Amino acid sequence: MKNLSRVNNPYNDDKVISQCSIFGMMNTSGKLISGMQCITAITNMHERGNGLGAGFAIYGIYPDRPDDYALHIMFDTKISREETETYLKRLFDISFAEEVPIFPTESIINPPYIYRYFVHPKLKDTHEIVDEDDLVTRRVFKINTSIEGAFVFSSGKNMGVFKGVGFPEEIAQFFGLEHYRGYIWTSHGRFPTNTQGWWGGAHPLSLLDWTVVHNGEISSYGANRRFLEMYGYVCTMQTDTEVVAYAVDLLERKHGLPIEVVMDIFSPPVWEQIDRMNSGDRKYFEAIRNTYGSLLLNGPFAIIVAHHGEMIAHTDRIRLRPMVAGIKGDTVYASSEESAIRLVCPELDKVWIPTGGHPVIARLKGTEGHDVVEGGREIPGTIVMEV
Amino acid sequence: MRTALLPEFSVVRDENRCIQCRVCERQCSFDVYSYDAGNNLMVHREENCVACQRCSVLCPTNALVIKMNDYTYRPNANWTRESISDLKKQAETGGVLLTGMGCDKPLKNYWDHILLNASQVTNPSIDPLREPMELRTRLGRKADHLEIRNGNLEVPDYPYVDLSTPIMFGAMSYGAISYNCFKSLAQAAHEVGTMFNTGEGGWPRELRKFGTNTIVQCASGRFGLDLEYFNDAAMVEIKIGQGAKPGIGGHLPGEKVSAHISQTRMIPMGSDAISPAPHHDIYSIEDLQMLVHALKEATDYRKPVSVKISAVHNAPAIASGMVRAGADIIVIDGVRGGTGAAPKILRDNVGLPIELALAAVDTRLREEGIRNWASLVCSGGIRNSSDIFKAIALGADAVYIGTAALMALGCTVCQKCYTGKCAWGITTQDPYLSKRVNPEIGTQALVNLLRAWSLEIKEMLGCAGINSIESVRGNRLQLRGIGLEDWELGVLGIRGAGQ
Repeated sequence: MKNLSRVNNPYNDDKVISQCSIFGMMNTSGKLISGMQCITAITNMHERGNGLGAGFAIYGIYPDRPDDYALHIMFDTKISREETETYLKRLFDISFAEEVPIFPTESIINPPYIYRYFVHPKLKDTHEIVDEDDLVTRRVFKINTSIEGAFVFSSGKNMGVFKGVGFPEEIAQFFGLEHYRGYIWTSHGRFPTNTQGWWGGAHPLSLLDWTVVHNGEISSYGANRRFLEMYGYVCTMQTDTEVVAYAVDLLERKHGLPIEVVMDIFSPPVWEQIDRMNSGDRKYFEAIRNTYGSLLLNGPFAIIVAHHGEMIAHTDRIRLRPMVAGIKGDTVYASSEESAIRLVCPELDKVWIPTGGHPVIARLKGTEGHDVVEGGREIPGTIVMEV
Repeated sequence: MRTALLPEFSVVRDENRCIQCRVCERQCSFDVYSYDAGNNLMVHREENCVACQRCSVLCPTNALVIKMNDYTYRPNANWTRESISDLKKQAETGGVLLTGMGCDKPLKNYWDHILLNASQVTNPSIDPLREPMELRTRLGRKADHLEIRNGNLEVPDYPYVDLSTPIMFGAMSYGAISYNCFKSLAQAAHEVGTMFNTGEGGWPRELRKFGTNTIVQCASGRFGLDLEYFNDAAMVEIKIGQGAKPGIGGHLPGEKVSAHISQTRMIPMGSDAISPAPHHDIYSIEDLQMLVHALKEATDYRKPVSVKISAVHNAPAIASGMVRAGADIIVIDGVRGGTGAAPKILRDNVGLPIELALAAVDTRLREEGIRNWASLVCSGGIRNSSDIFKAIALGADAVYIGTAALMALGCTVCQKCYTGKCAWGITTQDPYLSKRVNPEIGTQALVNLLRAWSLEIKEMLGCAGINSIESVRGNRLQLRGIGLEDWELGVLGIRGAGQ
């Protein structure tokens, strides 16, 4: 992408005293809601960002095309768009394509070209029997790594990521997000420290319908990344957060593990706690630490992970980053600050600070389990398998 | 014929301090000292001195100083004193020059060209005195993934060993080292919760109570091997190679084979114990696979099996084959690895620095997607806790220490292990000398060393903002190289400082 950090940080300040902000809300009845609450809440945490990145993920926004993969792609140049479209036409059936509507604002300077394509992967070009998700994933990585100036930043069905370099309210205005309706909204105001702000590196980070917004820094990134690379994930976004998105995709979609187990893999109890557990729990945690020790997320983090049907708020096990959860009726909130939730919903049924390492999981009503679970894992037992 | 060699060391005695107590004479096992009763003087045979420093340390009046001999040949950058001495020794003896311990040549030490990361404000460091820091390490094959079937998490039952800290005692056989040293290592491993390795010399029965902390070796000599030997241990290691002497075997001279060693190794007293370079049933990777599975069969698939090789040019490809042959743990021993005895020419010229070999092997196994199939242990010249941290960040699960452990027991690296005269009682079977290591005091010294290094590793973890050693394994972003060429950074898979 263009060197937008120069535009957005003209004095090249090393530090602006600020932090990331994250906010998420989900209607557990699946009712589509306007983004105004989410935009207002994240805007209230303006001081936690520095204008070098912000974004939103919205689920349920394309009800007319629920089965198409919606590829949101940003291009540096028209040439990169033409090259990408040639690639897409060769490997995907495109049912509809358009430039993502934007509403130019003074503060968003020199944005990339942003298009969306509703597609299905063509299977005839491959000799392998693979599922569609794998094909899409592989081709997204291909575009991101081999086509200069093109970047796919959203690739799920009936959902979309909208992000860029700016403050959250500017990005919301730029994309006209008040016009969208969805049942899960997650958002992020970014203070990038490890990497320069660029459009692809803004949060949410996503793959298929998995999205992650993150406050913190993952000091196990090198270990996590090298583990994921063994499974074919290519880290292209120059930020530590993408490992979370890929890890969730690997663990939940490919390995079929429930989200509770995935969160236990990210933040398991320390060994001394495990030693004191009953035999079943001990075996369970030994197994996940043994197998997925390289996906333990270390360092300070608070994340909101979302995909269709679920929104998960989670922090590191010694809780080095803030997270507040709240419930009002069938709406579940998660936020860096309680003030943001209170601003859009002053009267809450319940508000609390989740324990470090214990996820808060909000689910669509009618799906398996409760609609809101805190730190509850529901694996009845473990079986030792002879090999 | 009198040797034509210059003495390597000088003994400088302060006659004003010396009280003729003759401690130096009793302590020196290399016959440097004798007493001239007529003149009431201590006499020196400096050509025998190995600079083990036993005499100077134990001299009650500090009357002795051992230093490099000032006599010199005409300086010559090509014909150094060492090369002249070696040549003359061979002209006198007509034999292969032997030496003990690891390579002492000034090869580039990559550990010293790697710097660690530290957290600052955006990612806070963690105080290990207040927060839990996890060093527990599990060695053995790991599952590629877990599955949930019928609501149950299915856990593959691969055998493993747990270590409380990622530091183990490497293979040093009873025979190469004294019984008291061997016992100290076993007891210390038990007390700390890590592993010691019997080496290839068998395993005395009275030490089998430490079985949960014992790795037994199956080397080419097959000394002391029977079913109980394997089943009493926690892990079995097939030794193919050793860093100090890649491509050659071992030889314990008959004079060291005492009654107890004879019983332990299951060989006649006084007979030479030869371990040939190749296992005579392993001439291919397929043969190795058969031995791995034979050992698993013998131990009812309850013990992880490791395979140890020395770091050689194509170690990554070899390691890949070993993993595919069923090894649960791969051990790579670098060029600075120690030994009781090796031809000097091999020790100094064969093999690779462990840093490069380790990084290359870890990368290769990851590229092939089989890194989970085996744990990776490295050894060969580990000197301190930062070497260990760097090794883990390059991809190791754990390390073996050998020379460092012997130093905790008194070793001063005089490199005369092969003589059997170790004045510190470590690499000797002489009962008079070996009593110099008290197994209880030795155990405490080893426990102290592991405790100190573990605390330091926790400090390094904390400064990197990490609270579990698992998050360091293969985390090369925690490392930066300095003073390294691009190709070296490439092999190590790390960025240069400032990048």
